[in-house]
Amino acid sequence: MAFADRDRRFRPRLPRRKQWGTVVYALLVLSILVGIVGLVTLIAQVLLEGVGWLSLGFITNFSSRFPERAGVWAALWGTVWIMGITFLFAVPVGVGAAVYLEEYAPKNRLTRLIELNIANLAGVPSIVYGLLGLAVFISLLGLGRTLLTGGMTMGLLVMPIVIISSREAIRAVPSTHREAAYGLGATRFQVVMGVVLPQAVPGIMTGTILAMSRAIGEAAPMIAIAALTFVTFAPTGPMDRFTVLPIQIYNWVQDPREGFSGLAAAGIIVLLVVLLSMNAIAILIRNKTQTRSEE
Amino acid sequence: MASTNDTNQGQVPRFSLGRRRKGETTERLAHGLFLAAALVSVATTVGIVLTLFVQSVGFFSEISPWEFLTGTEWSPILKDENGARHYGVLPLVAGTMLVAVIAAALAIPTGVGIAIFLSEYAPDRVRKVLKPAIEVLAGIPTVVYGYFALTFVTPILRTIFPELIIFNALSAGLVMGLMIVPMISSLSEDAMVAVPRSLRQAAYALGATRFEVALRVVFPAALSGIVASFILAISRAIGETMLVTIAAGATPRMTLNPFESIQTMTAFIVQVSQGEAPRGSLEYNTLFAVGLLLFFMTLGMNVIGSIIVRRFRESY
Repeated sequence: MAFADRDRRFRPRLPRRKQWGTVVYALLVLSILVGIVGLVTLIAQVLLEGVGWLSLGFITNFSSRFPERAGVWAALWGTVWIMGITFLFAVPVGVGAAVYLEEYAPKNRLTRLIELNIANLAGVPSIVYGLLGLAVFISLLGLGRTLLTGGMTMGLLVMPIVIISSREAIRAVPSTHREAAYGLGATRFQVVMGVVLPQAVPGIMTGTILAMSRAIGEAAPMIAIAALTFVTFAPTGPMDRFTVLPIQIYNWVQDPREGFSGLAAAGIIVLLVVLLSMNAIAILIRNKTQTRSEE
Repeated sequence: MASTNDTNQGQVPRFSLGRRRKGETTERLAHGLFLAAALVSVATTVGIVLTLFVQSVGFFSEISPWEFLTGTEWSPILKDENGARHYGVLPLVAGTMLVAVIAAALAIPTGVGIAIFLSEYAPDRVRKVLKPAIEVLAGIPTVVYGYFALTFVTPILRTIFPELIIFNALSAGLVMGLMIVPMISSLSEDAMVAVPRSLRQAAYALGATRFEVALRVVFPAALSGIVASFILAISRAIGETMLVTIAAGATPRMTLNPFESIQTMTAFIVQVSQGEAPRGSLEYNTLFAVGLLLFFMTLGMNVIGSIIVRRFRESY
């Protein structure tokens, strides 16, 4: 009796379950396809619309009312300046903060507060940083709608990325190396500068490049700061007004006149090429250091 | 460091009192500088909160918070036909949520599907190609997504729904979904990879098929991480700016109709700030009131997300 009961309750129905397995597998492949097809169409659309507008003049011209004469020169220089200022501001401060948290910080409430705070800053919408720049750097400190303001705002925006990746790089340095240095009588600062940071440099650089590539593509906070000015000069100093590539692209996307949509696509190609080469450098650094540590 | 190696062997190292004191000063200075660097991040948060609150005071002294939070009409810049301006933020909130819900409707099934595929099905070789390819989506600047929505997705949708207007919530929401897919897929995959092998092996030993292991064993075990990824991704969608500014329109409207033109909170901030609103004007202060609401909405979601990850993480 007991056997018969169990037999009736346990029905393997294997063919049907296998069919369900096939259905599920198909759905999973479909979801992968949504992602890949989305990516491929996006890139194809940009290339199809934009390649025709690319020329040497597109790089070296200023923006213009006439799409045939418009170019990204001012935006390209604005982006270069913003990147430089962002780098000078975010990297020393970000790496310093990472060193403090990994090498100096006692386990207390202040440290926990700083850590929690960095995690939350990473999730603040970028436009809110734009409002911060608007209120603090422009209104309060009177720095104007300049490259300096833009670079510092962007520096604050990407700093959590620099801190988080630098901390990982610093944590990856074996503690035996630190202990060996301490054992030889090195002070904490000597250990940081002579042992920890040199080994963490590749990791810090990868994180820095990630942070910079985030900064290159950000448009929202830059619009809040730079506003939409028609810039027809390449900036020559940190107190100049500016435009950057994403703002220029946004301007062109917004322009309903004939030809400007193609210009936007061409601008996007320039932006993506800059981004891709930065990421390629990051991958190169990573691969090079990985093989070295295996030797 | 070099000086330590150079010390001649057999010779007792001499510590002069002066050098030692100088070294201590360096040590203290370094400690102070590193601490100061760490405190910059705290100052940033304090700066953001203070800025938003202080600037909003000017706004809330003229408009009551109650009117702001419950009003269903938003026209702070243009006067309506009766010459009045309205400061009810709900249309902006509704527009923001509408786009976020459309994005989530696309991104949640897709992202979870990709995560299950990568963690349970894909062989290593396939995974090594697909995972970075999906993550490229996360690195594309949002202004590019805006361009894609406006010049590609909207025209296609308009051939299917001829009544669709150019700037609409549907197109922006769908492209936003594509944008947040990698966030959901990588966070969910991390959660699923963390489920121990022994659980899967036990299920296989009981005769479970592959999809049963994936859906009934691994998925529930990783659920907290997966749900957290939804919350973090939606918070990202709420804070996203350029895509909705370009593709969703600039018409604040209380609607759940995805075919209509709407305005999100972020798009409103861009619209006002690109006009260089004069400092101290009510218009300028409106920016910060909306920014304050946006900040707390995303902060709240991020905090909930990280609490779920920490509190409900299954430890094996």
